[in-house]
Amino acid sequence: MISRIKKKTSPMPGGSSGHNILYPLLAFAAILLFNLFFTEGFFSLEIKNGHLFGSLIDIFNRGAPIMLITIGMTLVYATGGVDLSVGAIIAISGAMAAQLIRPDYVKGILEYGDQTSLIIILIVPLALSVILGLWNGFLVAYIGVQPIIATLILMTVGRGIAQLITRGQIIVFEHPPFQFIGSGFFLGLPFPIVLVIFLFILTWTLTRKTSMGLFIEASGANSKASRYMGIQVRLIKTFTYGFSGFCAGLAGLIITADIKAADANNAGIFMELDAIAAVIIGGTINGGRFSMAGALIGALIIQSLTTTIITRGVPPQVVLVFKAVIIIIVALIQSGKLREQVSKLTHFRENAP
Amino acid sequence: MSDSNTELLEIRGLSKSFPGVKALDSIDFTLRRGEIHALMGENGAGKSTLIKVLTGVQKKDSGYVKLEGEEFEASSPMDAARKGISTVYQEINLLPNLSVAENIYIGRQPMKWGRIDWKAINSNARKVLSKLDLDLDVSLPLSSFSTAIQQMVAIARALDIQAKILILDEPTSSLDLAETKNLFATMQKLKQDGISIIFITHFLDQVYDTSDRITVLRNGQLIGEYKTAELPRFELISRMLGRELEQEMESHGRKTGDRHSLLKEPFMTLKNVEEEGVLFLFDMEIHEGEVLGLAGLLGSGRTETARLLFGIDRPTGGTIKIDGHPVNINSPKQAIDQSIAFCPEDRKTEGIIPDLSVRENIILPLQARKNILSGLSLKEQEKITDRFIDLLKIKASNREQKAGTLSGGNQQKVILARWMAMNPRLLILDEPTRGIDVGAKAEIEKLIFRLSEEGRSVLFISSELEEIVHICSRVTILKDRKKIGELSGEGISEEKIMKTLAKESRAEI
Repeated sequence: MISRIKKKTSPMPGGSSGHNILYPLLAFAAILLFNLFFTEGFFSLEIKNGHLFGSLIDIFNRGAPIMLITIGMTLVYATGGVDLSVGAIIAISGAMAAQLIRPDYVKGILEYGDQTSLIIILIVPLALSVILGLWNGFLVAYIGVQPIIATLILMTVGRGIAQLITRGQIIVFEHPPFQFIGSGFFLGLPFPIVLVIFLFILTWTLTRKTSMGLFIEASGANSKASRYMGIQVRLIKTFTYGFSGFCAGLAGLIITADIKAADANNAGIFMELDAIAAVIIGGTINGGRFSMAGALIGALIIQSLTTTIITRGVPPQVVLVFKAVIIIIVALIQSGKLREQVSKLTHFRENAP
Repeated sequence: MSDSNTELLEIRGLSKSFPGVKALDSIDFTLRRGEIHALMGENGAGKSTLIKVLTGVQKKDSGYVKLEGEEFEASSPMDAARKGISTVYQEINLLPNLSVAENIYIGRQPMKWGRIDWKAINSNARKVLSKLDLDLDVSLPLSSFSTAIQQMVAIARALDIQAKILILDEPTSSLDLAETKNLFATMQKLKQDGISIIFITHFLDQVYDTSDRITVLRNGQLIGEYKTAELPRFELISRMLGRELEQEMESHGRKTGDRHSLLKEPFMTLKNVEEEGVLFLFDMEIHEGEVLGLAGLLGSGRTETARLLFGIDRPTGGTIKIDGHPVNINSPKQAIDQSIAFCPEDRKTEGIIPDLSVRENIILPLQARKNILSGLSLKEQEKITDRFIDLLKIKASNREQKAGTLSGGNQQKVILARWMAMNPRLLILDEPTRGIDVGAKAEIEKLIFRLSEEGRSVLFISSELEEIVHICSRVTILKDRKKIGELSGEGISEEKIMKTLAKESRAEI
């Protein structure tokens, strides 16, 4: 599906984005191939109670939060920025939802009180996330703070805000309708996967069926020239940060609903780094042209890598090392300069006596 | 070899090309011991390339440079400085957080017992500065001093590296009158000490105040070397801007805008418009279908006027009216809403978006005027793109080619196409023909005539007077950020423009 969409969005024959997606796909295929040989039953899918199960489904399901924030991160990246605060926004969104479900828990009262309606539990954390994202955008686009610093502020403060909401406790809860977001099934698919697909289609439509995507690319590639053409660069940039906040908020809801608890300290921790890595692996390295499909494959690479390593019995602490190695390899492969050097080297060998 | 009038630096047949442009075409340049030599020319004349080649920022293609009779080649500005040629740039390239003394000695600190000898640094720094009649606390950070002092520190650093030649690149552009006088006094002092100075400035009065000789470059070619005392201002300007007057070209009967009566109300008027510190009070009228030229030297306020009209910079006073109604133009978007378009001088950083395709570069402003949701369909976009590729003869392999891979002239055409697609009432062109080949130049001129015939107005900014005279129906002359004259119709000639520019305006350097 992804490659088909790619063709449509990149009308450039041999254009950069169409080319870049090849390498992340190869990397993803290599990981799957490894599992085909070394992990028993990796590709087996079964249907239990009308629900799909299997390692592959698991990767998509576990990877849903990363994929969601990767979607937002890609747009921010395309404007030439970066959003370090998504992990913190995940924590805030989750804390907010849990607090709404169990408002008196922090006071030591275990009764749930009046049941808060699901709509409120969903809308309030998401709205808060969007506002926080817009705040990032405001700092970057209107005040002129460097993106890495502007979002670093919220990255640091954000967990504090989440702690304030939960009063430093881990709020555990039971709320079946809300838990559906994290562990429910829709049309046989885990609901988080459905959310990713939905958001991907939404974003794709927004950026490729309207001029939004072009404006984002123009602003990222040359913001001065874009401004001189009447593009509202500041507004566009602010929008992408707001959107990134929304994606992070949604990811926060999934994570919280899945573990039935809001952990302000650990929810979404370091996830911003995974998302950035995914975007880079996906071929969006500078502001300008972006590849959403590539970035999502990047997110899948990271998730499948984590799953593979853990199922092979490697201690989770070492996972980070593997991730780092893969990111370096993929980034190197994508570097045009390196490819040039390598081809020169092989040429040299061929010509050598 | 060291009698006072001997040649210190000898450049012969120096050439340097960049893709598509011959930046220096067999340039000769001679600098004598203890002279102040002004290097003159408009933007793109080759001054900076000459300096860059000399100081090792760029490699020459051919020709040779001799310093004191020895072949001279620098691998970097640092290397050039060690070998005796130091440069003080317009934007001072020192480190503001470090102390004055550190700035003078960074990279070559005196050492003692394997450690930096701070005492020596500070006392030496004081000594060097005292040569320039400066008494500063050298341990304070550089940023705590004024720009003028910082410049002096840069000069002091240059001198302490035993400079034989000092290159001053637009040193006065950020100095006030008193500071400038101070700098000139220092220059005279250095001259007496036998140091030669290459002085680059766009203030004519300063050239006549300080320099002994002038070398004029234009479009990468050497126009000539003159003794300052023997070259009247008018002659200097004519050599910088125009053809030799003797070979004034054949008259051209047609003028744009002749057909359109200038008696009609202008569609845009500026009254007492000013921008503090950038542009002084001035009035301007733009009529429909005319090509209004803005003539003046570099730094005269040409580009500033364009930026103001397009809403990039905002006026601090005065009124702008369109069709008799006062308007506020506070952003490019608002200017575009008033049907004003702008091709900026710096095509690479302000005009083209190199990573996007030709098609996207052309349709962006049209898209931006629409609601984000109601964009142009791909079909419409392709139609518009094809029309302009055809009309402007843009040489692109296809409409999806990356704009950054086009030649300079074709990039310029893409930018023109972008605005023509919008059909603006006023098109501002800032140096539209710079750095593009003759053929493309002629085509752009043709386009301007065409727009004017369609009743569109064009504000045309160019350093090449020949072009202005050829194209414009009216010319506003700017000098030192002020309007100093206006010519129209048959009254426009290179000579008249130059005469107006040559008038002394000593009161405000």
